[in-house]
Amino acid sequence: MNKLLSILIIILLSFVGNFAIAGDDGKLKINGKKSNNGYEEVGDCFEKINRGVFAFNQGLDKVIFKPLARGYRMFPQPIRSGTSNALSNLGNVVTVPNNVLQGQFKDAGVNSARFVINSTLGIAGIFDVASYYGLKKRDKEDYGQTLGVWGAGPGCYFVLPVLGPTTVRDSLGSVVNLIGGDAWYNVTVVNDTQYFSEADYYSSRLLSGIDFRAKNLESFDSLENNSVDLYASVRSLYLQDRYRKIRNIDKTTETLSDDDWEELDTQ
Amino acid sequence: MKFIKYLIIFLYLFNLNNILFAKDPSALINEIVDEAASILSSEDPVESKIIKLNAIAERSVDINGISMYTLGKYRKSISDEQKAKYQKLFRSYFLKSFSSRLVDYTNPKIDVVSQKKINDKYTIVNSILEATSKRPKVKIDWRIYTKNPDRPLIRDLIVEGLSLARTQKEEFNSIIQNNDGDINALFKTLEEFLIK
Repeated sequence: MNKLLSILIIILLSFVGNFAIAGDDGKLKINGKKSNNGYEEVGDCFEKINRGVFAFNQGLDKVIFKPLARGYRMFPQPIRSGTSNALSNLGNVVTVPNNVLQGQFKDAGVNSARFVINSTLGIAGIFDVASYYGLKKRDKEDYGQTLGVWGAGPGCYFVLPVLGPTTVRDSLGSVVNLIGGDAWYNVTVVNDTQYFSEADYYSSRLLSGIDFRAKNLESFDSLENNSVDLYASVRSLYLQDRYRKIRNIDKTTETLSDDDWEELDTQ
Repeated sequence: MKFIKYLIIFLYLFNLNNILFAKDPSALINEIVDEAASILSSEDPVESKIIKLNAIAERSVDINGISMYTLGKYRKSISDEQKAKYQKLFRSYFLKSFSSRLVDYTNPKIDVVSQKKINDKYTIVNSILEATSKRPKVKIDWRIYTKNPDRPLIRDLIVEGLSLARTQKEEFNSIIQNNDGDINALFKTLEEFLIK
């Protein structure tokens, strides 16, 4: 198993290094810092395959995830909020080490305190008690973002079956979760503890997906109905979102550097 | 001397007039949000709502500017004839897509929070779409084109940091690129969308 993971990491690392700007197939631009007009180029290296996987995922969504999300929506709001809070609280075990790795020590402190308070007083994170004590929720961080902060390029964009859009850098970040970077994965899947089982991990992941889907039912429907190339729209939204998260940009004005707007005069 | 005096008075009044009638970008957003909310919460039939919403868009959105933006690098290589055809198609596409996105909302509550002038041409207005039982609150920012301060126009909506215009541009560029740079492929796609 470890050998397989090592091989996978080496392959992925070689992708990050060599394909930060890949071939001409489906190359697209996103907001970035590398080129002359404030853009960074991300290659969609295997666009035909990606489109196939995307269509497969759409099918899965229609048959499984969307109906599950609709069912989940029927639960009363307090139950959904509690579930969402508990899942978000669990996410802190990945966010805190990434805060530290990115040098965000204050955020690491706040998130750690939030985790302790919400896991205990907040009953396994169901209630966000920490917010009442002035410890407001911070943005999530993951290993893909940390690699980006450290200067790693996104590599090729691709679509994974079930898991959806990603880049080589972000996939590599996800692999770190599986090799010790996610304490929740460690206590459920890796280590044989008497308190948790593998099923706890996988059900929490599934529930996270359903919770996210339920919060975005209307937005996804609207995107689907009004898009003339849904695959390209989702790719654009994913890359914009990652760009913003990696640079920890909160202010809109910082995300909008786009020379195309400056060139256009209609008045 | 008398002429100069009149000229100074004229220029002063002209400037005052500009100051008095220049429209604040936040006021524009508040105005259209209120108008749209009243249309959406009314008992009017859907068709009537769509017509009224489209009238708001025609008046307050720079549809031609967005159409050129969404063409990206291809706007520099198309003929005037193709440009005219594209702008016409884009206008219809935009209005259809705009109204169908909005018509599902019954009474959206948007609060304008702040605004920031980023240069002479643009001001960003920050607002919040209040949470409902179905979804959390959503941060919406508006890129307002203010080159003519008397008539500010919306050029982009940035939802939770994601630009709708940029997404549209990358979508259209993908279609053209996957058809060997042929803009007619985009025209065909838009025409198909319009008759859907």
